[in-house]
Amino acid sequence: MPKLKLLGGQVVLHVVLLSVSLFMILPFIWMLSTSFKPQEEVFARPPIFVSPNMSLDGYRYVVEYGVLRALWNTFFVSFLATVGSLFFCSLGGYGFAKYRFPGRKVLFAFLLGTMVIPGAVTMVPTYIVMLKLHWVDTYWPLIVPGAANAFGIFFMRQYISTISDELIDAARIDGCSDFATFWRVILPICTPGLITLGLIFFMNSWNDYLGPLIYVKTPEKFTLPLLMTSLQGPPGYSAYREWMGVAVISTVPLLAIFLIFQRRFTEGITAGAVRG
Amino acid sequence: MSRDVAVIPSVGDRWKRLWGEIVKNRWAYVFISPFYILFLVFGLFPVLFSIYLSFQQWNGFGPMELVGLKNFAYVVGEGGKVFWKSILNGVLLFFMYVPLMTFLSIVLAVVLNSKLVRFFQGYRTMIYAPRVTSMVAAGFTFRLMFEAQGGLFNLILAYLGLPEVPWLEHVWWARVALCVLVVWGWLGQNMVYMLAGLQTIPRELTEAALIDGASPVQALFRITIPLLRPVIIFAVILSTMGSFGLFPEVQTLTWGGRPMRATLTTLVYLFNVAFDDYRFGRASALAYVYFALIFVLSLVQVRYFGSEE
Repeated sequence: MPKLKLLGGQVVLHVVLLSVSLFMILPFIWMLSTSFKPQEEVFARPPIFVSPNMSLDGYRYVVEYGVLRALWNTFFVSFLATVGSLFFCSLGGYGFAKYRFPGRKVLFAFLLGTMVIPGAVTMVPTYIVMLKLHWVDTYWPLIVPGAANAFGIFFMRQYISTISDELIDAARIDGCSDFATFWRVILPICTPGLITLGLIFFMNSWNDYLGPLIYVKTPEKFTLPLLMTSLQGPPGYSAYREWMGVAVISTVPLLAIFLIFQRRFTEGITAGAVRG
Repeated sequence: MSRDVAVIPSVGDRWKRLWGEIVKNRWAYVFISPFYILFLVFGLFPVLFSIYLSFQQWNGFGPMELVGLKNFAYVVGEGGKVFWKSILNGVLLFFMYVPLMTFLSIVLAVVLNSKLVRFFQGYRTMIYAPRVTSMVAAGFTFRLMFEAQGGLFNLILAYLGLPEVPWLEHVWWARVALCVLVVWGWLGQNMVYMLAGLQTIPRELTEAALIDGASPVQALFRITIPLLRPVIIFAVILSTMGSFGLFPEVQTLTWGGRPMRATLTTLVYLFNVAFDDYRFGRASALAYVYFALIFVLSLVQVRYFGSEE
């Protein structure tokens, strides 16, 4: 690309990018800053970013309020959902990628087709199914339905189809059963793809609000989004600092994971998008 | 098996061969079965049961009462006012943020892709970061920032000498606030889609145009954007479904639709009917009308964008 002759052009671009980036980061900064402020300073004029009265009282309160348990709950659910989904999606992806079985094309097209159905249509009757299964107020509705999901299978199928067939044939010749081939040969090779997909699953589960809102009723079982909601008051009053404290606690883990695995995040989400 | 090609296999032979293939690949069926089983239980059955439910009146634990088309009549008639308001909101929100966000995501992607800029990684990270945050946490944070008295945004406005805005109290400003939140949360994701789409456009095309004397802006509009069309359609359709299906954003930023339901989205309304009012029959009928609308809208968009020349 021919270099822009004007250095000014470069500066403009950087200004634009910086402004957008600043806008993106601002809420994080504010969230963090507010969590350490005493109540009176939350809406101070001019805005206070680093409070001279910084204190951990807000955090102490939310710990008593149960944020650590909510943190654990959220992690527990997300972890189970991720592991379960990874297992079933890679299994299904393997089936579609490496087996030439009758009906393969039709079945796969059907699978893709199901991605069109919006969740709103199934929201109510799925709840009824869960009622009958006595799964309301448990974590099962947050883990099971998504275990073998279309996107994951699509993703893993793409990934696994790049694995050379000779490897699989070699395993077969050595006497591996179909499942053993999957477990011992395919899965280890798929680790990068599994990490990418796993990150997506984990993130979606961690941030899920509608699911827990419908199904989790007892406060002890709340996930972080629910805990945050329970801290809100009527318009005009809320325990702002404590609120933001929980917000920080629910944001930091994912942000940390994101910063470590950046590239996987951004590449993973497009893998299905552009080709599909 | 006979090697004599002139022999036409009988029907019986074909079935035998088919069965042989099925048995040979039986594990494939086992491996893919979880999806279909789960779909049956949590996908197909609910969809069908929902159709049945939409003709009933039911609160979830009492007896069901067959009411025929009453639920649908409700939606289209008198009681459906709130529903249609939510649809209107979806349309308004769509026009308020989708074109802007899509365009901005293209521009950002082009800039970052052009290798004119160093720190590409850094910028991409910062712009994508909101995508990994819980919209609940973000929604509450933005609510703080949009607070009329002393919220950060108004303080910034005041500092710049501009009048302060009653963000969450005023029908239109509340919608703007919601759009700001949504764009904040999703711009990064859309930019990533566009970046991926740009990988499919050969660099030489734009270079040639620039050498021929086109300005960068012209190159953008005449070459890049048309070539990005599939990705743009994809992103716009997702955003369309998004503008009707905003849930945590609405619940957290505007207490579920304040003021006066100006920011109520269809999904939030559906949720209220189902889980606050316990009107499962009506909610099912509403869900189907909603689904039909979205479906039609998506078709229209694909048709409109696809045939534009």
